[in-house]
Amino acid sequence: MTTIAATSAPARRRKLVGAGRRQWIGLLYVAPAVALVVVFFIIPLCMTAWMSLHNWPLMGAHSFIGLDNYWAILRDTRFWNALKFTGYYTVIVTIAIFVVAFPLALFIERPRPLTGFYRTSFFMPAVIGFASASLLWSWLLNVDSGLFSPAAFELGLTEKKVNLLATFQPAFWSIIAMVVWKVAGFTMIILMTGLQSIPPDLQEAAMIDGAGPLARFRAITLPLMRRTLALALILSVAGSVLAFDQFYIILRGGPRNQTLTAVYWIFNQSFVSFKLGYGAALSMVLLVILVALSLIQLRLLRQPEGVE
Amino acid sequence: MMAQARSRNRRIGMQVAEHATGIIASLLFLAPIVWTVLSAFKPAQESRQPPLPPWPTTGFSVENYETLNTFGDGLWLPAQNSIYVSVMTVVLSVIVSVLAGYGFSRFRFPLKNLLFVLILSTIMIPFQSILTPIFLVLTKIGLHNTLTGLVCVYVTLQLPFSIFMMRNAFDAVPREIEEAARMDGANNVTMLLRVMLPLVWPGIVTIALFAFLGAWNEFLAALVLMTDQSKFTLPIMMTALQSGRFGAIDWGAVQAGVTVMMVPCLVLFLLLQRFYIRGLMAGAVK
Repeated sequence: MTTIAATSAPARRRKLVGAGRRQWIGLLYVAPAVALVVVFFIIPLCMTAWMSLHNWPLMGAHSFIGLDNYWAILRDTRFWNALKFTGYYTVIVTIAIFVVAFPLALFIERPRPLTGFYRTSFFMPAVIGFASASLLWSWLLNVDSGLFSPAAFELGLTEKKVNLLATFQPAFWSIIAMVVWKVAGFTMIILMTGLQSIPPDLQEAAMIDGAGPLARFRAITLPLMRRTLALALILSVAGSVLAFDQFYIILRGGPRNQTLTAVYWIFNQSFVSFKLGYGAALSMVLLVILVALSLIQLRLLRQPEGVE
Repeated sequence: MMAQARSRNRRIGMQVAEHATGIIASLLFLAPIVWTVLSAFKPAQESRQPPLPPWPTTGFSVENYETLNTFGDGLWLPAQNSIYVSVMTVVLSVIVSVLAGYGFSRFRFPLKNLLFVLILSTIMIPFQSILTPIFLVLTKIGLHNTLTGLVCVYVTLQLPFSIFMMRNAFDAVPREIEEAARMDGANNVTMLLRVMLPLVWPGIVTIALFAFLGAWNEFLAALVLMTDQSKFTLPIMMTALQSGRFGAIDWGAVQAGVTVMMVPCLVLFLLLQRFYIRGLMAGAVK
């Protein structure tokens, strides 16, 4: 501002005119990005809303049916079961991830020899894809050629090889174990950034005042990293609500369709039964849930760190 | 003296306990990866048995990779598809987000803030909920069932993160550098290529890494959009194999395939670790 005020009037006008023309070029720079987002995101998004009001088979004409798809959702008990299961899975897996990731973050946050090695090892499963991880664990969990049941049998823990994927409880907890193994390192890094942002002299001051590790954790660490916790929490929740790969690859929704998640059910309706209009209506419900979660996240994140 | 020695002993004891915990935990996290990579080198006969111990006991062999190559269209075609999709996603998302990041950082134009918020807000909406219309849009513009179509989708999914990263990278470059270059007669394009790019390259490496891993590992969109077996990427091909689509499930081939899928990610991560963590931190702090 001061530099513009300091230049003489004609020079300023020339600069502004030149700058004005130059500024418009900015639109050219962002145009490819905007075009991609419009064609592959905004238009499909509007189409989802539009399609949800139609009976839309893969082949043949589609017809407008108003809110009928949404009324059908209300009676679709299998979708509500899928949603219920997704919620249950989300709660359990998020707790499990935090129970593992928080101690890991505390462990690697303090500099000591080998910290780099520990951090890298904990993080390695996070960079391989969910599909690779699921394929890997589908082998480990296999009853004949896998690792867990044969190993338990060899060690004499079970009387025969148990098929972990045949009944709900062991299958569900196997998935939880796999996801925690895959995701904990990622959450750990997020939490570590929060831990590192806490001024060390605060901890030292509390230590001098005689506060024990647990008291310091509750009075300093937790409140000061509330924003980071909120972020890690929302990433974990959003990721879990959208879970698909592991249930599709390891369990195919079984045993007895008990592990169909919301995305899995939408996938089945849209791309197996080809009820595209109904799938779009289901997608709208999922979308509203996710946007609501994102808005809660924004509220949690906007509050300044440490202020109650 | 006694007390001092005792406290030193206790400190050493603590350290041993801490490192023992660290090493055991590290092994737990690494074990499944190591187990698979080692088991994949067993002969086919041995691969049918449980992997105890994980390493080959009847001789080292690449039989599993050879078997993997006999399923469907072989190993090379889906691997080629995966490489093409990932590399193209990297190239395009870098070009598009460097341009956009520069535009959003250095120019004032109408609707600028609206467009920026529009691009960023797409991160709130799960792409899983708009796959059907994406399928229809791709059909409409003739990219249905093509790898290029899949690349377009992947690039779009990368944009919110990578444009945000690149705008911040350009914002961090002092204006004086630009003004000096402009005095020397640099126009916009030479400015961007010669002056700015060398200054923002760490950001570019970060977004390239995320784009590669995202495209290489993506499953659902590839499963839905690539219906022709010759267009399958590695995760789709391996899932088809693991579901028994090509006959009895060969777990040795699955191990070999999983190894092929994991190794590029692990190597890239180990080489470029600090860029990856940087990206995560930037996302976490902002």
